[in-house]
Amino acid sequence: MQDRRKLTDSKINEDLLRSVDHTPRAFWIVAGFLTLWIGGGLFALGNMLFWGLGVTGLNRPVMWAFFVTNFVFWVGISHAGVMISSILRLTHAEWRRPVTRAAEVLTVFALSTAALMPIIHAGRPWRVIYWALPYDFNRGVWPSIRSPLIWDPAAIATYLTGAALFIYTTMLPDLAVLRDRAWGKRPLRFWLYAILSLGWRGSSRQWKLQALAGILLSAVILPVFVSVHSIVSWDFAVALVPAWHATIFAPYFVLGAIHSGVSAVVTLMALMRRFFHLEDYITPDHFDALGRLLIAVALGWFYFFFIDFIFGLYSRESAEVAVMELRLFKAPYNILFIIFIFTAFLIPVPLWFMRRVRRSVLLMFITTILVNIGMWLERFIIIVPGLQYKQPLDFTWGEYSVSITELAIVSSTFAVVSLGILLFSKLFPLVPLSDQKEGQRLQDEIEIGKRSVPAVIREE
Amino acid sequence: MPERPHRWGMTVDIDRCTGCQACTVACWAENNITINTQDIVNERRGYYWIRIERYWEGESPALKVRFFPVLWQQCANAPCEPVCPVYATHRSVDGINIQVYNRCVGTRYCANNCPYNARFFNFWERWPPEPMNNYLNPDVTVRSKGIMEKCSFCVQRIRRTERQAAREGRELRDGEVQPACVQTCPTGVFTFGDLADPNSQVSQLAQDPRHYRLLGHLGTDTSVIYLKRIDP
Repeated sequence: MQDRRKLTDSKINEDLLRSVDHTPRAFWIVAGFLTLWIGGGLFALGNMLFWGLGVTGLNRPVMWAFFVTNFVFWVGISHAGVMISSILRLTHAEWRRPVTRAAEVLTVFALSTAALMPIIHAGRPWRVIYWALPYDFNRGVWPSIRSPLIWDPAAIATYLTGAALFIYTTMLPDLAVLRDRAWGKRPLRFWLYAILSLGWRGSSRQWKLQALAGILLSAVILPVFVSVHSIVSWDFAVALVPAWHATIFAPYFVLGAIHSGVSAVVTLMALMRRFFHLEDYITPDHFDALGRLLIAVALGWFYFFFIDFIFGLYSRESAEVAVMELRLFKAPYNILFIIFIFTAFLIPVPLWFMRRVRRSVLLMFITTILVNIGMWLERFIIIVPGLQYKQPLDFTWGEYSVSITELAIVSSTFAVVSLGILLFSKLFPLVPLSDQKEGQRLQDEIEIGKRSVPAVIREE
Repeated sequence: MPERPHRWGMTVDIDRCTGCQACTVACWAENNITINTQDIVNERRGYYWIRIERYWEGESPALKVRFFPVLWQQCANAPCEPVCPVYATHRSVDGINIQVYNRCVGTRYCANNCPYNARFFNFWERWPPEPMNNYLNPDVTVRSKGIMEKCSFCVQRIRRTERQAAREGRELRDGEVQPACVQTCPTGVFTFGDLADPNSQVSQLAQDPRHYRLLGHLGTDTSVIYLKRIDP
């Protein structure tokens, strides 16, 4: 499918390990900026913990708002990893090679950040031990497994374990390369890589085991693909709140998650290509392929989005219809809704149908950023208007306006994820070396007589 | 605990309510509820374990005013219970949905799921200012920030009366337990008692043809039973 430039192994090493070997001044500037940003968020968080959740814009009945929206958003972003590394691996999509690790790293950091959000959102986060960790063996007081809020930590922990293992097993050969390069030059790093690479020597047995582990992990992690965001959606779907209480939520949320997750990977790829000078590795072909994938995902997601509305309208439940009206026609949700529908669907998807757009890195970067702005708003529009619904007894509509504390904490989560990926790139290559070299081998051709044929034949 | 567990319940006779708000004040004093200052109400974070809802019906001069006390409904199938991850709210053997302040982590899921809007979250740490702290009821915890609270059927009074009866070696008498709102109401709107005892006053009243449950279509099987108002 692609015409890749012939690259020697040493050139691949040099290019892909540039981020590890060199630390330009820009790195320090960006890292410092992100750290300051996170510091601001931490200050807001400390302030909130000290004074109580009164400093947020939450009230009765809007008890869940920005933090929960952000939680759903980051869990959604994390879906990129399993989509790209597991499903594309199992379907032998060749173009996935340079993308897999970036997607998995994004997954791990996005998921860890997401896992923080419910804890920040809780009134007494220091009591989390009662909630996520069933510790109380003596008194026999266990968490209530009937609550979706117990399913969430289970789902996230499963996914986080899977994704971290995935990164680790696929990175073993790269770690060995790093170890060998650090030998005699950087003792501290040498020991770090030596311990992490588990004595990898590249024997055929080791390669075989590593390949097997990769395929097994892809297969084992596959159920997570469906489960994680389904479970997150059940936080809402099992509640009695009008417009939350919908059976369609699980597939709707899963597809929405893939929509935003794959978009985030494209954004990350564009940034990597630009700032790590990976033009030879991340090519317009990759953006083209991901663009096609995104079209399919976005159309599927839009279908469920539409069906969700139909559910409300067909049931003709006054509460549902009232919430739909609030979402569509009343300020500020009408404005947010217009921004959401244009950024998440109406602008990017028709553009992606054009080959020129899919092959343009800049345009793909812009459209995928737009998608994620839209998908953040989508979660907000799902969560908050349902809670604002006119209470059945006192006939008042709720209100919600965001506070500066919530804005600071939520925005700093973006800095946390960015800084995480940046620091990861400082220690480990963001594009897998071994996978890349394997791709080269598969492309090698040998001359037999007058014809050149592939040097390696794969079983399909 | 007696052999047959109680099921505490209440009837609310709308016909008798004059909307005087005495129950609200009594509840505030008994249960150490935060003072609803103007700021708190403007933030939409007021606390009303029992509230009198007022409805206007018709146009002047044929205007009718309806008063409607709403407290926590003590559902047998409570929507708030299964969503709590830590069992901070669950049903006790004698039919009260108890809120365990110590276990509450403040996810606020229960408040989202309450169709009666009867749960209140402590957004701030609020001790009453001097000298109001002298009014605090020593039997009731002052809730700290970050946890959920709601009407408890004055569980401290139920337990105190039970202990008293046990000390005297007798069964509880019907009508012996009186939550603050029941005790205070000048027109006798509320009747409190054991719904599991068919002879108790509250069981008798619950059979009244006027009886209904609030948002009964949700199937929450509440222990608070309303008696309809009949216009003359």
